[in-house]
Amino acid sequence: MLNPHKIREDFPILKRKVNGYPLIYFDNAATSQKPKEVIEAIKDFYENHNANVHRAIHTLSQEASELYECAHEEVAKFINARGMEETVFVRGTTEAINLVAYAWALHNLDKNDEVVVSLMEHHSNIVPWETISRINGFKIRYVNVKSDGTLDYQSLENLLSKKTKIVCLSHVSNVTGIVNDIKKVAKLAHEKEALLLVDGAQSVPHIPVDVKELDADFLAFSGHKMLGPTGIGVLYGKKEILEKMEPFQGGGEMIREVSFDTKKERCAIAWNVLPWKFEAGTPNVAGGIGLMAAVRYLKRLGMENVKAHEEALTKYAMSHMQKCCKKVEIYGTKDTSIKCGIIPFGIEGLSSHDVALFLDNYGIMVRSGYHCAQPLHEVFRLNSSARASFYIYNTREEIDRFGEVLREIEQF
Amino acid sequence: MVTIDDYVARTEGTCGKEKDVIVIFKYDKKDEVAKRILAKSTLKKWIGGIIFELAFKDYSFRFYGSGKAIFRDLKDKEELNSLLTELLLT
Repeated sequence: MLNPHKIREDFPILKRKVNGYPLIYFDNAATSQKPKEVIEAIKDFYENHNANVHRAIHTLSQEASELYECAHEEVAKFINARGMEETVFVRGTTEAINLVAYAWALHNLDKNDEVVVSLMEHHSNIVPWETISRINGFKIRYVNVKSDGTLDYQSLENLLSKKTKIVCLSHVSNVTGIVNDIKKVAKLAHEKEALLLVDGAQSVPHIPVDVKELDADFLAFSGHKMLGPTGIGVLYGKKEILEKMEPFQGGGEMIREVSFDTKKERCAIAWNVLPWKFEAGTPNVAGGIGLMAAVRYLKRLGMENVKAHEEALTKYAMSHMQKCCKKVEIYGTKDTSIKCGIIPFGIEGLSSHDVALFLDNYGIMVRSGYHCAQPLHEVFRLNSSARASFYIYNTREEIDRFGEVLREIEQF
Repeated sequence: MVTIDDYVARTEGTCGKEKDVIVIFKYDKKDEVAKRILAKSTLKKWIGGIIFELAFKDYSFRFYGSGKAIFRDLKDKEELNSLLTELLLT
């Protein structure tokens, strides 16, 4: 098991106070805090190795390139990809999904095709598909979600057909924390010769993820939710699929050759090898190096331990919240064996924003609103929800304090 | 001349169907803001210096001791500005 008290020593921000109270950070599904190791890795890069990558033969550029490539390899190992050719660095999950929508769907789908998406998705796994469907006319079929927030697998099976070309599904819901059975969905999708894109923004930071075991064709995730810096994320894709895809953006880095044909008065372009074909322009080198440090930190803790710690905290928090405050309602399933450390809740008579501001007054940070998942809130018939989400540095003592404040809010 | 910008650090509009506007007052002005707002409004409910449910004319809103307020069902920014002007400057 993890020792969160020891882990907290690595996170400088956790020493600060908010409104005179010790910071309790329960908004980890939005972004995680950063350990000294990650902050130092970024600082060390800028202080000692900063140069552009893959462009020059001087020492600094070689050092920067080596570090950046090493970061790809480290991330590839973390999710058990075949190698760095399968790990494209992007800005985050949103850009990763957009990359697939624009570089694969735009070129391969037409009005006779269908894309299957679930109603529990974050807007970033809905809007790119809706946008491309307005261009080339494919149909989007939405998988239902049951009243407890779990995916309706029967609805998914009913929607799949030979017309289905890709299934886009979150591994873990960013609202309820429910873990979807990706292996099962991959099998169903592949039986229809459809691809599977997994939004791993809430799974990769919190549970062991093995892309070979899941058999996902694409996996998108963000560095900043897993102790890394903002502005860096990953698109994993099976090599054979990425190789057949057109580039997402054009520019430097993603080409091997651009030669001007004087007869045709056109440039002949040859794409670079993977993953650089999808990393146009100067990449976020420092971000990649920060992500590598974050991955190393998580590997040292062990992802099974991370998962067990969050599961225990969630179980404790759900029971404690209801014990402390009779007016609290927890949305979605209470079965912690199929949940990550996310608890969506409401308090009778108060809006989610009231709850968040009340908690903020005591230094407790939770999210309020739709959490960029309005369709799921519509399934729950909610205008919004408050959300507490945990990570490796959260403790039972923090949950006890959270309970005390909920008890106080009940008096209102 | 004093304006509402001297008191307001930022405003956040919520997305979706709930049209709440959250006003974050400047930290060093929060006590003065609290004094002015509480003097102008009718106190309906409160919990010890933390959350105040207030009414002013036809508006109902909540003010927090941390220097934040939630206003509901305002048409636009102009309506917010005119409400804040009445609460803070007149």
